[in-house]
Amino acid sequence: MTGHARIWHLVAILGIFSLPLIIMYVFQVVESVAAPAPGSLIPGELDLQNWRFLWGSIDSGRPSIWRVTLNTFLFASITSFLVCALSLTAGYALSRLNLPARPLFLGGLIILHAFPTVTLIIAIFIILQIMGLYDTLLGIILVKAALELPFGIWIMKGFYDTVPWEIEMAGVQDGASRLRVWWELVLPQIKPGLSALLIISFLAAWSEFVLPLVLAPGSGAQVLATYMNAVINDDTNQDFGLFKAVGMFYSLPVILVYLLFQKQLMNIYGGGTKG
Amino acid sequence: MDLRLSKFTKRFGDVTVIDKMDLTVRSGEMMALLGPSGCGKSTTLFAICGIHKMDGGTLHFGEEEVTRLPAQQRPVGVVFQNYALYPHMTVAQNIAFPLRVQRKTRSEITDEVGRMAELVQISNLLDRRPAQLSGGQQQRVALARAMVRKPDVLLLDEPLANLDAKLRLEMRSEIRRIQRETGITAILVTHDQVEAMSMCDRIALMKDGGIVQLDTPMGMYSDPADKFVAGFLGNPPISFVQAQSGDSLDLGHGLRIARPDGLQARGEITLGIRPEHVGPQFGTGLEGEVVFVEPQGREELVDIRLASGAELRAILPSGTGHALGQRVDWGVDAKRILAFSSEGARL
Repeated sequence: MTGHARIWHLVAILGIFSLPLIIMYVFQVVESVAAPAPGSLIPGELDLQNWRFLWGSIDSGRPSIWRVTLNTFLFASITSFLVCALSLTAGYALSRLNLPARPLFLGGLIILHAFPTVTLIIAIFIILQIMGLYDTLLGIILVKAALELPFGIWIMKGFYDTVPWEIEMAGVQDGASRLRVWWELVLPQIKPGLSALLIISFLAAWSEFVLPLVLAPGSGAQVLATYMNAVINDDTNQDFGLFKAVGMFYSLPVILVYLLFQKQLMNIYGGGTKG
Repeated sequence: MDLRLSKFTKRFGDVTVIDKMDLTVRSGEMMALLGPSGCGKSTTLFAICGIHKMDGGTLHFGEEEVTRLPAQQRPVGVVFQNYALYPHMTVAQNIAFPLRVQRKTRSEITDEVGRMAELVQISNLLDRRPAQLSGGQQQRVALARAMVRKPDVLLLDEPLANLDAKLRLEMRSEIRRIQRETGITAILVTHDQVEAMSMCDRIALMKDGGIVQLDTPMGMYSDPADKFVAGFLGNPPISFVQAQSGDSLDLGHGLRIARPDGLQARGEITLGIRPEHVGPQFGTGLEGEVVFVEPQGREELVDIRLASGAELRAILPSGTGHALGQRVDWGVDAKRILAFSSEGARL
C-alpha cells in the first residue's frame, strides 16, 4: 500500500505526458469502426465499412490484403531468422575465437549499426538491379537482414560474453566436440538473448517502410507498410477511415507480440544480461 | 596410472611462462602444484588436460604418449575453481553428460550416475539444479561429473578457493577420501600451503614457471631447499634473522646462539627459525621484548623483538600470560635452525 502511495505522483505525471498518445490510439481504434462525422470530434454510428479491405479488394489495381499480409509476414520472419542464425554464429566467433583483426571488426559493427541506412539506398538499389533482385521480396529480405545484422551480432556477442569460459572447457573435457559444446551447453545459456533478438528483428522488419518502398515498389512484393502508403496516396478519394482501419490491422500483431513477449524483450533492453 | 611431464615448455606470445619443466606423478598419488599466483601452476594443469597446447616437451599417461591428443580424448577429469556446472541441467544430467557423449545406454547411465552420487554423497540432490545447491554441494557434483567416466587422472584447479572456511575444512577431507577410495591419480593446484600439506602425498612447489622443490609435505617443511620454500610453507610463517657465522652465531648486540651441527658456512647468513622452535622451553640466550600477542584458543602467537631489531615469532600453549612490553629471555631449538646464504640458498 505505502509503495503504491509513494509512486502515485509519478504515475500521474507519466499519465499526463502519455495522454496525447493514448488519445490518438483511442481515436485510431474508434474511428476505424465509426462512420465519418466531418468537423466533429464525436464519432458517428458504428460502421464496419472501413474494414471492407479484409473481405474485398478496395480497388482493382491493388493486391488482396491477405497476399500483402503474407508478404509482410514472410519478409519479417525470414529476415529475423537470417539475422538470428548469422548473429548466433558470428557473435560466438567474436566472443570466443581468436580472430585476426577482432577489435577492428567490433568497432566496425558499432559504426555500421549507427550508419544512416537511407544514405546507402542508391548503392543498394544499383546492387539489387545488377543482381536481378530489384522489386522482389528476396531482395528486401537480404537488405533488411544485412542492415539488422550489426545490432544482432553485437547483442549476441554480449550474451556469449556472460557465459563462463569454464563451462566450455568442462564440456570439452567431458569429451564433447566444440560444436556439441556450443549447441548443448552454451546455447541454452543465451536463449533469453536469442528469443529477444528474434522478436526485435521480426518487429523491425514488420515495421520497415523505406526499403520496400524504394526497392520493391511493384505490387508483387508489396508489404503492409507500402500498402498503407498506397491507400493514403490515392489522390482521387482520400479515405481516412480506411487508412485508420488498415493501420489498426497493421499494428495489431505488433501490440500482440509486445504483450506476449514482454519478459523476453526486457532481456535486451535490460542491458543484455540474463534475466 | 602414473603421469610424466618432461621438458614441458609453454609460451604465451613471446613470453616463456614455463621452461623445460619435468614432473612425475606416481600412480594413485595425490600431488599438489603449489605456488604463488602467476607461477605457472594453472598453466601446467591446463596443459595436462589439453586445454593449452604444449610448446615443447612430452606428456605420458602410463606408457601412452598423449602430448598431441585433443582434450576430448584425454582420460582426464577436471574440477574447475568455479565448478563450471551446466546451469540448465539438473544434477543428474550434469553427471550424466560425459556418459551421454560416450553414447552409453540409458540404464548404464542411470547406474553410473547413481554410483557416483553415492560416492560423493549427493544421492538426495539429483533432481536439483546447480543454482539450488550450496557451494560444497556444487563442489561434490563437479567431482562426480569429473570422475564419472573413470579418468586415469583427476585434476583439481583451486577446488576450495570459493568455499567458506568451515566448508573448506570439510571438503578438504572429502576430496582426499574420494581420491583414496577410488585410488585415482590426482593433481591439486593451489596457492594455499595448508591445503597442499594436508591433502597431498607430495608437493611440487613452483616459482616463476619452474619447480623449486618436490617432496613430501613434512619433508619439504623440515628440509626446505631454499629460503623461498621455507618462507612459503608453515603457518604462522617462519621468521628470518640475519646472523654472523663465526665460532657461534652472532645475532648482533651481544646476542649469540650455538652453531647448529654441520653448518660449514662462515660470514653473513640468514637464519630461518620456525615459531614452534622458539620459546622459554628451549633455554635462554635470546633476550627481547614482547611486541605482539595473538590468542588463538588452544595456542597463542607471541612476537619478540631482539636488541638488533629482528623479530621472532613463537607459538606457545595458551595461558602463558605474556603481555606487551614484557622482557623475556628465551631459547631456540638449535638443531632445527635453518641456515641460508644471502642469496637464499640453503646451507
